[in-house]
Amino acid sequence: MSTAAVAVPRVPARHAVSARRRARERTMQVLLAAAAVGAATLLVIILGYVIVRGAPALNVAFFTERPLPFGVEGGGVGPAVVGTLILSVLAGVIAIPIGIASAIFVTEFRSGRLAPAVRFAAELIAGLPSIVVGVFVWAFLVRGIIGNYAALAGAIALAIIMIPIVARTVEEVLRLVPQSLREAGLALGAPRWRVVLQIVVPTARAGVATAVVLAVARAAGETAPLLLTALGNLFLSTDLLKPISALPIQIYQYAASPYDDWHTKAWGSSLVLVGVIALLSLALRLSIRRGAR
Amino acid sequence: MIRTVERERVPVETPSVGARADRPESAVRIEDLSAWYGTTQAVGDVSLDLPRGAVTAIIGPSGCGKSTLLRCLNRMHETTPGARVAGQVFLDSLDIYWTGVDAVEVRSMVGMVFQKPNPFPMMSIYDNVAAGPRLRGWKMDRRKMDELVERNLRRAALWDEVKDRMDRSGAALSGGQQQRLCIARALATDPAVLLMDEPASALDPIATYKIEELVRELSSEVTIVIVTHNMQQASRVSQRTAFLLAGDDGVGRLVEYGRTDDIFTNPRDVRTEGYITGRFG
Repeated sequence: MSTAAVAVPRVPARHAVSARRRARERTMQVLLAAAAVGAATLLVIILGYVIVRGAPALNVAFFTERPLPFGVEGGGVGPAVVGTLILSVLAGVIAIPIGIASAIFVTEFRSGRLAPAVRFAAELIAGLPSIVVGVFVWAFLVRGIIGNYAALAGAIALAIIMIPIVARTVEEVLRLVPQSLREAGLALGAPRWRVVLQIVVPTARAGVATAVVLAVARAAGETAPLLLTALGNLFLSTDLLKPISALPIQIYQYAASPYDDWHTKAWGSSLVLVGVIALLSLALRLSIRRGAR
Repeated sequence: MIRTVERERVPVETPSVGARADRPESAVRIEDLSAWYGTTQAVGDVSLDLPRGAVTAIIGPSGCGKSTLLRCLNRMHETTPGARVAGQVFLDSLDIYWTGVDAVEVRSMVGMVFQKPNPFPMMSIYDNVAAGPRLRGWKMDRRKMDELVERNLRRAALWDEVKDRMDRSGAALSGGQQQRLCIARALATDPAVLLMDEPASALDPIATYKIEELVRELSSEVTIVIVTHNMQQASRVSQRTAFLLAGDDGVGRLVEYGRTDDIFTNPRDVRTEGYITGRFG
């Protein structure tokens, strides 16, 4: 056979690369890319605007000083930063174990009739407007048991908001752990609770960390329930039974004022809140990763 | 589950691992075992005597209940929601379905290797082998544990391949190595019986060969029950073969059980002959 005789085989028309199909493929790609870029851009714009407007307010005193009356030089968000940290940590300490435990119960011990009920309840609480949680805690703790606005009431309100977030997200990641790993553990002669704690949860630890971070970030930014529970405080306080300040409350108070200087401080507080949430997330992620080892 | 008069025949007083005073000929004795998933019966009235220190193969076409039967031997079957068992299984002299017997205790006497290699992905190779003792809460110092891990990796013919990377993840190994890691993990708690559910069906021919080699070597120390739908594999590794077949009602029943040589060269049942000559299944 001579080389000249080797012709390029003709592709039947229905197998040929169709211009229309290719165009459609490209259109889809462009649309998807546009959506992705759009979402990222929105984030950058918001973050950028907060930085541009808030940066002028930032200096060392802004972090250390308490809010001062209008007209007095200086003043900052010291008590609010401390308050947000206390509220977030306390709410986390209450909500994370409960949320994780309920997720474990729902996914790993689902034979009973209780598990679907627990899941349904978690869904209902997740859908509850946060102001309603605030009103509830106000009625029961602030007006009732504690008797005054208090950090503890604020933390409990935030915990109520966090529990369903933790529970539902952790439930999802536990479901992703292959059944074969549970079987391997059981077949080794391990009791069920050990299989859950030493195999299932560690396998899902990255997802559990994400769930916790999501919940803490969400709670740290809540404003409405705190107005009715923690109230806010112009002075630094670490007493859990007294009103406490928090960044969202501080932002609200600064932003609601008629003064330009306070508006700048509101932007500055917003920037600090974003930073605090970022740091909390990072710290949580690191500690969970280390703890799992 | 209703079990009747047979109970008096249970010779042990306490349902403990130590109750091996008199060692009967068979390592596992199955009597009139039936198993259900919900209302669907998967296994019907199987009785088998599996000899000690031998490899028994359970063969049969898909859906004949052979995996279910295997999972009844360490009470894994009942971990499936709605699953149920009737009949008796004796490990040595212990009726593992007797009322006072704890399923967790039974599983600690029997090792199990699954169809798909399932090493714990977040654990190192070392920790995978150490998982059994640790999950059972055994207290061991580091040196003892090192010895145990090495001994069982050697038993699983994996030591030379992994001894320099014991802290790597078990998931980073090849499929065949992962399966041998799972075998080492199952051996680490010194089970008297090792159950293998199609242990090589997800592996390539060379890895399969290594697993079969291993099964033959291990059979001197531990009683092995292997489920396979590969008949050549059954004939290569086992001394006894049980052939299961699902009837028209979908219930898997024992058709024939005997020495592997006899089953493959001189089957008594026409259905066995049909299956091993490849006429169905």
